[in-house]
Amino acid sequence: MTGTLTTAQMIFGRLTWDSFPWHEPIVVATFCAVMLGGAALVAGLTYFKLWGYLWKEWFTSVDHKKIGIMYMVLGLVMFLRGFADAVMMRLQQALAFNGSEGYLNAHHYDQVFTAHGVIMIFFVAMPFITGLMNYIVPLQIGARDVSFPFLNNFSFWMTTGGAVLVMASLFLGEFAQTGWLAYPPLSGIDYSPATGVDYYIWALQVAGVGTTLSGINLIATIVKMRAPGMSLMKMPVFTWTSLCANILIVASFPILTATLVLLSLDRYIGTNFFTNDFGGNPMMYVNLIWIWGHPEVYILILPLFGVFSEVTSTFSGKRLFGYTSMVYATCCIMVLSYLVWLHHFFTMGSGASVNSFFGITTMIISIPTGAKLFNWLFTMYRGKIRFELPMMWTVAFMLTFTIGGMTGVMLAVPPADFVLHNSLFLIAHFHNVIIGGVLFGLFAAINYWWPKAFGFKLNVFWGKVSFWCWQVGFWLAFTPLYILGFMGVTRRMRVFDDPSLHIWFIIAAVGAAIVAAGIGAMLVQFAVSIWKRDELKVEGDPWDGRTLEWATSSPPPEYNFAFTPVVYDADSWADMKKNGYQRPLTGYQPIHMPSSTGTGVILAGLATVCGFALIWYMWWLAALSFVGMIGFAIFHTFNYKRDFYIPQDVVTRTEEERTRILAAGV
Amino acid sequence: MSQPPSPLWTRLLRWSAPILAAPLAGCNWVVMNPSGDIAVQQRDLILISVALMLLIVVPVMALVVYFAWRYRATNEAAEKEYDPDWDHSTKLELLIWSAPLLIIICLGALTWVSTHKLDPYRPLDRINATTAIDPKVKPLTVQVVALDWKWLFIYPDLGIATVNELALPTNVPVRFDITASTVMNSFYVPELAGQIYAMPGMQTQLHAVANKPVTGIGFSANYSGAGFTHMRFGYHAFDQAGFDAWVAKVKGSGAALDRTVYQTLAKPSEKAPVAYFATSEPKLFDAIVNLCPKPGQRCMSELMHINQMGGAGKESAKETEGLQYDFPNSHVIDQEDRNKGQETAPDAPGAGAAAPAADHSSHSGADAHAQHR
Repeated sequence: MTGTLTTAQMIFGRLTWDSFPWHEPIVVATFCAVMLGGAALVAGLTYFKLWGYLWKEWFTSVDHKKIGIMYMVLGLVMFLRGFADAVMMRLQQALAFNGSEGYLNAHHYDQVFTAHGVIMIFFVAMPFITGLMNYIVPLQIGARDVSFPFLNNFSFWMTTGGAVLVMASLFLGEFAQTGWLAYPPLSGIDYSPATGVDYYIWALQVAGVGTTLSGINLIATIVKMRAPGMSLMKMPVFTWTSLCANILIVASFPILTATLVLLSLDRYIGTNFFTNDFGGNPMMYVNLIWIWGHPEVYILILPLFGVFSEVTSTFSGKRLFGYTSMVYATCCIMVLSYLVWLHHFFTMGSGASVNSFFGITTMIISIPTGAKLFNWLFTMYRGKIRFELPMMWTVAFMLTFTIGGMTGVMLAVPPADFVLHNSLFLIAHFHNVIIGGVLFGLFAAINYWWPKAFGFKLNVFWGKVSFWCWQVGFWLAFTPLYILGFMGVTRRMRVFDDPSLHIWFIIAAVGAAIVAAGIGAMLVQFAVSIWKRDELKVEGDPWDGRTLEWATSSPPPEYNFAFTPVVYDADSWADMKKNGYQRPLTGYQPIHMPSSTGTGVILAGLATVCGFALIWYMWWLAALSFVGMIGFAIFHTFNYKRDFYIPQDVVTRTEEERTRILAAGV
Repeated sequence: MSQPPSPLWTRLLRWSAPILAAPLAGCNWVVMNPSGDIAVQQRDLILISVALMLLIVVPVMALVVYFAWRYRATNEAAEKEYDPDWDHSTKLELLIWSAPLLIIICLGALTWVSTHKLDPYRPLDRINATTAIDPKVKPLTVQVVALDWKWLFIYPDLGIATVNELALPTNVPVRFDITASTVMNSFYVPELAGQIYAMPGMQTQLHAVANKPVTGIGFSANYSGAGFTHMRFGYHAFDQAGFDAWVAKVKGSGAALDRTVYQTLAKPSEKAPVAYFATSEPKLFDAIVNLCPKPGQRCMSELMHINQMGGAGKESAKETEGLQYDFPNSHVIDQEDRNKGQETAPDAPGAGAAAPAADHSSHSGADAHAQHR
């Protein structure tokens, strides 16, 4: 930023023709494919005149169910991108032996592993769990929507805005080459002067607003909107774990936001929080980012612990064993997750007592986690277990996660961590818990709640193909990484000179290929199920469910429940069924509902433009979009058409339709 | 100092470790089969903690499989046991909280003791399991600097220095003083001892001892930018005679490491060849830690002293020139530097053979950075 600016620099900041990665054939090919696919999609939507439908029924909708589904779609799309990155890494590491440099240069490879981590955590796991909580929690507590429906829509679009920025970095400029947590000084302006880290910062900041607001929203929903009779200790376990996860979100995401603000100040206006010189302290960043980062992994896993509780109890046909200790275990984990962050960098030299403290607190977390595992175990004991797909994923989780937990405790012993830290053993460990816990849990949840959302079950054959591909592929892909860790192989390596390691990387690549087949089978499963949806059609309660979401029709009507249910037990729907619950057939009232609004899309769009402008130093555009955002938010406060009533006769018609279907089914 | 009698479990472990490690020995699992006493103790700790955890992990996994099989819906034998409302048992709840608790108490005690005993900052008290260290022996000091993207080792006691080659005498305690020039790295020799971060402007420490003559590798275990993958160095443990010969070889090189040479050396380069320096400027390492290896830069230690004494007054606020350490693009290899990359290591014996031409496939992006500024 020296001397006089040309007009082009004033308009486009540092964006020039050279910012497009013309020289990277892989990126250019991807770009062409994405453009062709995108053009086909746009043409298709236009041809079938779906734009209006999508805008009115989905994009502007404040219905928690539709927003939940949109989150899941976002997660799935980004999952494919993140997995493509994983495949590229596995291929590079399998090829780069015997003097070969592989097919990725450092500039590209370093972006790939950074993007893989960022995408999988922020834009796959987070949208998936947020989508799940959004869809299920209001139904489980007998509510008609979340507390702040518009905020929910806005949160979703902010998350999407962040994802758009990450995707834009693929074709315009570059992504960070710093590893997924962007440690300074490497991520500082002096060592990463290009746009990569700025994309990282603004993608996470924009998405972070969405995550924080959705956390606040769900806490308010769970605290304030439970059905009459549902005291805290009668809440379904999934709702409990969601509550704890959202408390963690609200308490930890502001730390991430603040840390990234400090890093951006260093990068944009030359402060020295994390630089080497002028008294900056990069170690402070590492501490701060992990004070967010460790609770983050519990944000991801806790809701899935809830899923496993629901699934085990439902498919064993039994009440959950030890409900109370399950709740306390969840709360213990929630609190303890704040006391362990330093175990991510024992090797920084904090001293023996500090390291021991954090090592031992880490081990203590395994006690409530172990208690949970035992509770699921004794839920199965003396049950009648139906091995449907959700239950298969749950048993696979119990076996896989136990191994992952064990390797985690190994890493929690500081002197053992000194030899395993940053090695492929560590990589294998956290994939073992994140895939074995979060992803398996999501697959269990998708198979379990799909009929709730769409009114038909998922195809079992392709589900089983996917399941077995994942099991075999996962262990083939990650066992070699455990072994390579013992051979002293560190992470983020691009080229290897020891030929004896080669075989392990080839096995891992084969594992990744089998996982790819598993993902393919899952997509086929969705397609086949949608195609044959009439054969797979179900009524409201296909699994003999135990919680309130199964009390209404599948898919639920816009208003969820015609009459707010009254709760007497933790397994309230099982309790209602046992006591001969009769669905009321008359006396319907008009139902008060929130109106759709396009404000969320517009505000998040402006925020994304603002982020983009800041990344490229287009100051005028950043200012304009920021002012636009504030202006539009104020304008929205004058929108008084915020709610409407679903007329009584519409409710009556919907419910009578259901009565007919129920009668026909009997 | 006499060796305290080792408790039963360590003896048991020492006896069983080779058996446990047998399947591993075949394929060079260096972390499980190291040659330095510290790394050996760290390996033992891994084995003990796994054994402790298996006490609970194996039964749990077995029970998961057994219950899943036994209580499957199609098993009519289990039909009469079905009890849909059974959801509480105080005895079982006590068991499921206390069994993991007991294991964690054992593991926690082990962690506390071993973390203090194997603290990288703690001077060694033994050469190996059977030999204690004579307290009069001073450890050999090696100063380690992680540069972009190579390693500088300074032996202040011997007055020599090397690039990308670390040699140690066996059975002599060693103290590493570790720092970095620009970004965070991690100093790790799996044969010798666990790793510790190398950070700019800071100094970390590691105590270790090599027990067997061995040739291995060391590397950075923390990603540090484009040249990270090649940031590896040779590690040699020699017996005393071998080490003396190695020192003589280094001294024979005749080259001197002073601040000017350091400036050149510190420039980013990949696959730098091994280089030897017969002499090394005594205060160089301190200057690197204090971010003032360049003439005219002010040392952090000096600045901290001034601040401690109450500061240098308002007038000094503008004197920031000598405080600048990081500079734009300092992590980027420019084209010119890449082409003469090998020159960054002056006097490299056998450099011709040991220096494969670096592949500069990553420069396109690096150049792009430079343009944006």
